[in-house]
Amino acid sequence: MSARLSLETSAARLVGRLSRAAGRGGGTTLPGKLVWKLDPGALDALAGRLPLGVALVSATNGKTTTTAMAASILAPRRRLAWNHSGANLASGVASTLLAARDAELGLLEVDEFALPEILRRTRPRVVELGNLFRDQLDRYGELEHIAERWRAAVEELSTDAVLVANADDPLVAALAEGRERAVLFGIDDPRRARPALQHASDSKYCVRCGAPYHYDAAYVGHLGAYRCESCGHVRPPLDLAARDIEPEGLEGVSFSLVTTDASVRVRLAVPGLYNVYNALGASALAVALGAGLDEIAAGLARFRAAFGRFERFAAGDRRVLLLLIKNPAGANEAIRTLEDGGVPPTLVIALNDEIADGRDVSWIWDVDFEPLLERAGRIVASGERAAELGLRFTYAGFPRERLELEPDLERALERGLELTETGGELAVLPTYTAMLRLRAIATQRGLTRPYWEA
Amino acid sequence: MELRVAHLYPAYLNIYADRGNIAVLERRAGARGHELVVEPITLGSGSELGAYNLFYVGGGQDREQAMIAPDLAKRGGAIRSAVDDGAALLAVCGGYQLLGRGYRGRDGSWMPGAALFPHETVAGDVRMIGDVLLESALPEASRATIAGFENHAGRTLLDEGAAPLGRVVAGYGNDGESGYEGARIGRAIGTYLHGPLLPRNPWLADLLLSWAVAHATGDEPVALRPLEDELEREAHAVAAARARSRGGRPA
Repeated sequence: MSARLSLETSAARLVGRLSRAAGRGGGTTLPGKLVWKLDPGALDALAGRLPLGVALVSATNGKTTTTAMAASILAPRRRLAWNHSGANLASGVASTLLAARDAELGLLEVDEFALPEILRRTRPRVVELGNLFRDQLDRYGELEHIAERWRAAVEELSTDAVLVANADDPLVAALAEGRERAVLFGIDDPRRARPALQHASDSKYCVRCGAPYHYDAAYVGHLGAYRCESCGHVRPPLDLAARDIEPEGLEGVSFSLVTTDASVRVRLAVPGLYNVYNALGASALAVALGAGLDEIAAGLARFRAAFGRFERFAAGDRRVLLLLIKNPAGANEAIRTLEDGGVPPTLVIALNDEIADGRDVSWIWDVDFEPLLERAGRIVASGERAAELGLRFTYAGFPRERLELEPDLERALERGLELTETGGELAVLPTYTAMLRLRAIATQRGLTRPYWEA
Repeated sequence: MELRVAHLYPAYLNIYADRGNIAVLERRAGARGHELVVEPITLGSGSELGAYNLFYVGGGQDREQAMIAPDLAKRGGAIRSAVDDGAALLAVCGGYQLLGRGYRGRDGSWMPGAALFPHETVAGDVRMIGDVLLESALPEASRATIAGFENHAGRTLLDEGAAPLGRVVAGYGNDGESGYEGARIGRAIGTYLHGPLLPRNPWLADLLLSWAVAHATGDEPVALRPLEDELEREAHAVAAARARSRGGRPA
């Protein structure tokens, strides 16, 4: 390590410790912010000292879970520098690399907008691109714009590096076209397909000619087996596929992970087709790093929900199920999971509008909340924009007398628990900053561990 | 009574929760005993638009807007005569731009619009993103407020003397400079405000519905019976406060 980098890293670590000691949260990005300010080039050097190199994971939805699944697979045999708290901007990545002194492999979740710069600086061996959904338009701009940035970034990727891409997402799969070292993954189980594309489906027009795609099977949003009847563009062949998917309610899901010449049965302790996609992405990434199928199946079996994403904890004699919602596609999958596994009678749904949540709250109208509204007994709408949620639900026909408005998150959680019967489970669906706050409340009460220790 | 609504290109223009606006129109019409029959008008639909009482045009991503723009421009004459005939219309964001005379791209290209609203839009360098609060300039509801969210790079320039929807209290508005937002001609309203627009500004939904009823009956517009609107007021107050504290400024 250069003397300068050494000095910067010691100073930055000290800042992280001070931040935690001062009780200002995890201090997860502060050291990195400092280094990033002092010397952006430090990120190149920090990445360069990892003997097994760097693997990056990006997507609109599922990057935290995919990375955590990959960590579960890879950790037993490799010392990881992994940003498990979800600090996924350049400063968070720098912090992670700073803190993990003896790490061999960098395993990094990366914000989709920050990907080009982090990719350029860390020169990864493997990049996994999971999906592109309509997300916070006020922050990220339109989908095509992100895809364009990714395309430019991928072009800079060294020819030795492996690009792992979701074949079921037309915009993402197109990035792997003509690339020699690519691993394409997808779902191959039409029994589990949705009958129709959801309202918020995004990339429904052919990436080549613009005609609407025909879906032989749509699994999550616009992810699926697509073909263009106008120009013949089809989903590329799968190097790694999930078949024979068996959902187990809210408890989990199992499937066969199939390569071109082998197969293994995988059981996940988290439910939903979107988690099958996350597991596929993590598996393909692990394959690209040389892991075997048994190692992958064992790692996925050990995996438990990532921070705030389908997290369960006890609250006295009741339980809480925490499901992050942050954009239409992600929220639709959380709802579908509840629908398949049984919608609890009481729900707390919390909408904040900070930058990390998206200041524009119009996306809640693109979420298909209807299956929840048909089954829920009572809903507590919470967060800074609780009234907007209230409008969303009542205009969908949910009776006003079964809706409670409680903008304060702590009181909403208490009220939700009060309405939940003994032994029952309360489902809490918060946006990002509401999730952080609710988790902090739960941690304060000794129900969960703080995220920087998870 | 039955009100016929033409929803233009719903599969292409739906980016900012446009279905929220439709849901509000449907339910508020229903609460007054009217039934909304919403029909999609899309690429290849017939050209006859005279039978509709209300038109809705939402916003889309650039790629999707470009796909439908030529078709919409071709329908300009039919849309203008429907509005001349007293039909109501609401166009939001991209739809608002596409219903002007046209859009001047950064490269100097010109994409003609449907030429209903007296304005042109030019591509700008800075995206105008944030919460917005307007004071209505409509004589039917002078000084009523409208709260929403804007996200547009295009700067829309109204012709001299053209009527805006409102005066900007907080936010950017049409072009970030004039202090005005939206446009109004006859019973047609165009605006950049989504969020969506109507749930937290229910009086505007009711105004559009009263116009649609007037078009259907051939009578003068009559204000609709008020509804409770407790959640609507609350949501409006929060959105208005957001605009006052952080509208028209970069995040």
